[in-house]
Amino acid sequence: MIFFLKRAIKDMADNTFLHIVTIITIALSILIASSIGLLFFNAGDVMSTWKKGIRIMAYVSPAAGEQGLLETRGAMEKMNGVGGVRFISKEEALADLKIQMKRQLSLIENLDRNPLPDAFEIQMIPTDQTWERIETLAAHIQSLPMIDDVEYGQAWLGRLSNIFSLFQFIGITMGVLFFMVTVFIISNTIRLALYSRREEIEIMRLVGATDAFIKIPSYFAGLIQGAVGGLLGLIALYISYLVISANIEKNFSFYVVDIHFLSGKVILWILLYSIFVGWLGCFLSLKQFLKN
Amino acid sequence: MEEMTMKNPIVRMFHVHKRYGAKKALVDITLDIGFNEWIFVTGPSGAGKSTLLRLMYRGESVSEGQILVDGANLLRVTSRQVPMLRRKFGVIFQDFKLIPTKTAYENVSLVLEVAGEKPAMIRKKVNSVLRNAGMEDKMNNYPPSLSGGEQQRVAVARAIVGDPKIILADEPTGSLDSKSAGIIMDLLKGFHARGATIVIATHDKELIESTTHRIIHLDNGRVDETDPNVVNL
Repeated sequence: MIFFLKRAIKDMADNTFLHIVTIITIALSILIASSIGLLFFNAGDVMSTWKKGIRIMAYVSPAAGEQGLLETRGAMEKMNGVGGVRFISKEEALADLKIQMKRQLSLIENLDRNPLPDAFEIQMIPTDQTWERIETLAAHIQSLPMIDDVEYGQAWLGRLSNIFSLFQFIGITMGVLFFMVTVFIISNTIRLALYSRREEIEIMRLVGATDAFIKIPSYFAGLIQGAVGGLLGLIALYISYLVISANIEKNFSFYVVDIHFLSGKVILWILLYSIFVGWLGCFLSLKQFLKN
Repeated sequence: MEEMTMKNPIVRMFHVHKRYGAKKALVDITLDIGFNEWIFVTGPSGAGKSTLLRLMYRGESVSEGQILVDGANLLRVTSRQVPMLRRKFGVIFQDFKLIPTKTAYENVSLVLEVAGEKPAMIRKKVNSVLRNAGMEDKMNNYPPSLSGGEQQRVAVARAIVGDPKIILADEPTGSLDSKSAGIIMDLLKGFHARGATIVIATHDKELIESTTHRIIHLDNGRVDETDPNVVNL
């Protein structure tokens, strides 16, 4: 193995230009694909953070007596996906409103009666917070006889959820496309490198070299190129991340968007992916080349 | 053509034809080459000399007929077995076919590396064969920095380092001056004396006229039986 590894390194040194082109191609592909990944992961985290804050507010009909309130609460607590139910009396709601509207306090104090309804604040179990699940639960609550209205930020949440789904779809499609494009470019770059060595390979075959003897160093070269390209791509991504996150923290800190880099596990997967792509490009071009 | 009844043939050809599309490169060749025999294959350019040699080491496949090499029928040799077949041969070309990005030493050692020899043995054998070829002091030179004669000496060293049973030489002295050609022939004679079979394709009249070895004359892909030097097969 050491013999083949040495040969791979020597072959790379003999064809420096083409190998550097391959490494740069891999690095750029990894940079672009993992940038999409980084955006995707951070957007996912932002969505999760927002979803964790989702409360369904159910406003109770003024006709509901104490018994009605108890029955409604019991019915809601039994529903799937409900983590907790808190009753907010109309008096409590008015007190909260007064705190929130300190500057327009006179407007509230001039009211001759409390216009706010009693309400229930329903907290969802975090794992159940898909868009469809929230919608279904809200519809169930709405169908209860003592509930007048239900509110959960339908419009913005729905839009955001759709955008996120679209983003997810684009991310996966781009990932697949980048994988195919990268493999195609790498296999062609390696084929060019092989063409520049075709006389050498022909001579090796003449003196009795097996296909494995020719292939193994090239496979090693593919693995090395994949690893180096992947590492360079990730380093470039990390530098970009540092620059962008510093700017976001400076200019958008009020949004409390905590942007973070890829986890160690994801970095490892990207490196393995990159190594695999390097090897696959090599495998495909060699298969074609040695067949001729 | 009568078939030759040689005692110990290492190469046997039976009614071999080779065609490239409509062009007939070899027509109905039947011959035996014995162990430790020295043979010249002669004929004008395009007569089929190089093709005949390429068929022996499965550089190409026959269109018709059969070839046996050291008992193995080449039709039954799978592509996976071809490397093993080729290790029975040492092949020398007029254009040397050395790898320009490898040193003389590396070009020669490649044969032993592909055969899986141990590094210490490779060093010993390569040094010895390059010393015999008079290339010891230039073993670290790259082929482009060597003269034609020196490159051919490296090519001969590469052909014999693996101790093959058969040496196939395609115009080995074709592009060399008489002194270099003499050195190459001496190297081949030495290897022949150690028991190898030598097959040389050449149209070097001087070389053929001075030889006592068997000569096979090819013309238009056929063995020319009217040639007085040809031993009837």
